[in-house]
Amino acid sequence: MKAKRGDQHVWRKTKSALASGGAFVCALLVIAPLALVFFHLLRSGASAVNWSFFTELPKPVGAPGGGMVNAIAGSFELLGLAALVGVPVGVLGGVYLAEYGTVRGNWMLRFVADVLNGVPSIIWGVVVYGLIVLRFKSFSAYAGGLALGFIMIPLVMRTTEEVLLLVPSGYREASLALGISRWKTIVHIVMKTAMKGIVTGVLLALARVAGETAPLLFTAFGNRFWNHDLNEPIAALPLQIFSYAISPYDDWHRQAWAGALVLVVMIFFVNVLVRFLTRERVVRVP
Amino acid sequence: MSGMPLAIAPETPVARSTIDRMAPPSGVGDKIFKWLTLAMALAVVALVFLVGWQLARGSSLAIQKFGFHFFTTSTWDPVAEQFGALPFIYGTAVSSLVALLIAVPLSIATAVYLTELAPIWIRQPLVSLIEMLAAIPSVILGLWGIFVMIPWLRTHAFPFLKQTLGWTPLFSGPIYGVSMLAGGIIIAVMILPIITSVSREILRSVPDLQREAAYALGATRWEVTRIAVLSYAKRGLFGAVVLGLGRALGETMAVTMVIGNTPQIRASLFAPGYTLASVIANEFTEATTDIYLQALFEIGLALFGITIIANLLAQLLLKTMGPARSGAVQ
Amino acid sequence: MESAAIIQRPMISSASIRQQELASEGESTDTASERRPAFEVEQLSIFYGQKKAIEDITLAVPSKMITAIIGPSGCGKSTLLRSLNRMHELIPNTRIEGKVLFAGKNIYSPEVDPVVIRRRIGMVFQKSNPFPTMSIADNVLVGLKLNGVRDRTFLRERLEQSLRMSALWDEVKDDLHKPGVSLSGGQQQRLCIARAIAVEPEVLLMDEPASALDPIATAKIEELIHELSANYTVVIVTHNMQQAGRCSDYTAFLYLGRLIEFGSTTKIFSNPSERRTEDYITGRFG
Repeated sequence: MKAKRGDQHVWRKTKSALASGGAFVCALLVIAPLALVFFHLLRSGASAVNWSFFTELPKPVGAPGGGMVNAIAGSFELLGLAALVGVPVGVLGGVYLAEYGTVRGNWMLRFVADVLNGVPSIIWGVVVYGLIVLRFKSFSAYAGGLALGFIMIPLVMRTTEEVLLLVPSGYREASLALGISRWKTIVHIVMKTAMKGIVTGVLLALARVAGETAPLLFTAFGNRFWNHDLNEPIAALPLQIFSYAISPYDDWHRQAWAGALVLVVMIFFVNVLVRFLTRERVVRVP
Repeated sequence: MSGMPLAIAPETPVARSTIDRMAPPSGVGDKIFKWLTLAMALAVVALVFLVGWQLARGSSLAIQKFGFHFFTTSTWDPVAEQFGALPFIYGTAVSSLVALLIAVPLSIATAVYLTELAPIWIRQPLVSLIEMLAAIPSVILGLWGIFVMIPWLRTHAFPFLKQTLGWTPLFSGPIYGVSMLAGGIIIAVMILPIITSVSREILRSVPDLQREAAYALGATRWEVTRIAVLSYAKRGLFGAVVLGLGRALGETMAVTMVIGNTPQIRASLFAPGYTLASVIANEFTEATTDIYLQALFEIGLALFGITIIANLLAQLLLKTMGPARSGAVQ
Repeated sequence: MESAAIIQRPMISSASIRQQELASEGESTDTASERRPAFEVEQLSIFYGQKKAIEDITLAVPSKMITAIIGPSGCGKSTLLRSLNRMHELIPNTRIEGKVLFAGKNIYSPEVDPVVIRRRIGMVFQKSNPFPTMSIADNVLVGLKLNGVRDRTFLRERLEQSLRMSALWDEVKDDLHKPGVSLSGGQQQRLCIARAIAVEPEVLLMDEPASALDPIATAKIEELIHELSANYTVVIVTHNMQQAGRCSDYTAFLYLGRLIEFGSTTKIFSNPSERRTEDYITGRFG
């Protein structure tokens, strides 16, 4: 009897250890693609990243060499346009959710924002196509920026709300007790206290849309040359990577890897920066 | 009239001079700010309607012309102006299913590992790595898919599968590399991070009381997880899976680059396929006729519809996870 | 009863010290009560939803005196205090019946703007909360600056005056640009007092101002309260009976939302009229 119970105990412990081990293996499998992608990015991309990549325009079909400078610049321009749409709407909307509203109403708004976050990004491209490209009969940077901005809105709204809710209510009370009006309390005291969080939320949203390709396919469309007018098509890094990747030319494949490496580095730089900015500082005891 | 009438003046000259220097508060500022922020918050509601409206408007003629047959016809021939969306529905469904079959067990196991089983020191680094994976854009994963994954699948994995499982229709037929299976795998990679992190949140929200009760009964680590944590978290975990499904349905770039983009319905997973999102991505700018474009808009409408449903369901499941039916630990 | 006498004696002597101070200033509590009271609370009841937090309180808070509100936890002291500058309205679903007259006018009448009320009736909170993004100087002046005061000379003067009046000037005069949160706990609370008096209110409401502080800091705050009462009406909520006995001229005892007794501190602590007051004072319940 005793031996049997002991065996059972051992078996249960073994099961537990196996489960832990199995789960660990699963975790490794989840990480594996990351390692593989990075490995190949570095291997295939690093060699192709050179000075001309950052300074030259794409060369005509078949001619070797050239770079993606217009795509890099284009991506920044699109991000700027996206921010013009995404930041005011997202931040102010987040302010409403945190500072005003009813419990019920806000729950529903949050729900809608979260559902909106799940809309495939290509759909935004289709919507903006119908909204702007068809009307003005041309692809444009404006259209691309708007599509990316739409994607940013629910993201920024939620991060802003979260950060504002973290501001202790004592500050609001103290400000109101001084006879400062509500909106000034929110803007000058609450938002100012939460500013770092708001900014990092915006940065993360920008990093996220910087990698989006689908919504740009038929809004910004891409451009092999410099864009001189925001009403015209504009190059973007992800678009260029895509069109080079599916092309039949080896040289373009090389450049696609280079572009991918640059894009990933940019995105990761922002993520690491955000992590750095939001690290827990050691609290000094007064 | 606002404020205390200054006729009932502050009693000291200092007080009065200070009050006098202040601007009288205008309730106007408060009102404007409140309505402004409300308008911005309502933008999310407006956006949902905007999307629905644009998609419906852009596909109205096609809807009229094809009716419900659009979703049951499997011929997609733009030249002959025959538009049937069935291949894409099939492709989206199968690739998403394959992706879930691969990703869900891995993700949930990883989430369990990270919250219950892993040593403390390993948790944050792993979480950070998974967040990094989430940050990789779809097009870059697709790039890797074309030049690394597909060749490997074509020369190693697929022939092996064909050898061992070739007797089933799923793994029969010619191997090209680009395939439904490749699409499913790449979608799995893309949805692993989100299912893992949402599951993690769900598991973390299980009250410690549940775990402690189970430990107190002498359960092993694994038993605590299975009995006290997972059963409590069932609903939320299901929500995480549905969220992943929503992502899978809408995944565009990486899939387009590895699935083969052929509008056909085949039993074999080695055969190239086509998804709702991919056909839009590939053919939108090539749509030369109005009806072609309208058909693509209609596909967009369908895609919007199914992802909204999936996300609605997911959010409901995630946000309403409550205590287990009976409070006691079985 | 003997033990009660032992407890009472120290309180009597501190109360009479206060009376001696007043006498030397040419005033007595009798003279004070001839001035119009700072507040006339008339049959005030406050409801949080269905729950009645304060029931039918009528009370006259004397001007330029220190009035303490004491009572066991949950008796409504904070609610009463906050109703004097309409701060309880920050909690949703509150309802009020009755009146609070300030300088003869009901602060709850519809044409009165709570923002203006709060400029004339200041508040200091239990947990000191200097605004974290602001320097010491900015903290003190925030109530003036955000309310539109621009005159730099005036601001500089108010800054020094307020810091002197809160006994903080000498300690911080060379560090005015440093962040407000870099001060010690007791200093932060004095900073909050300076911030409150910079807008030159006529009343200072203090909600357990020293309860989060060590004894030395507490003593400084209590000393400060004595000094402040020369220029301001002070109403202080405290759960520390001895503090009430030390600091105040008048005391109101609340129990379960009702005003049980109100009178000069000497009387309340040495010869209360109500049984329940005596029970609380002598520590039979807390």
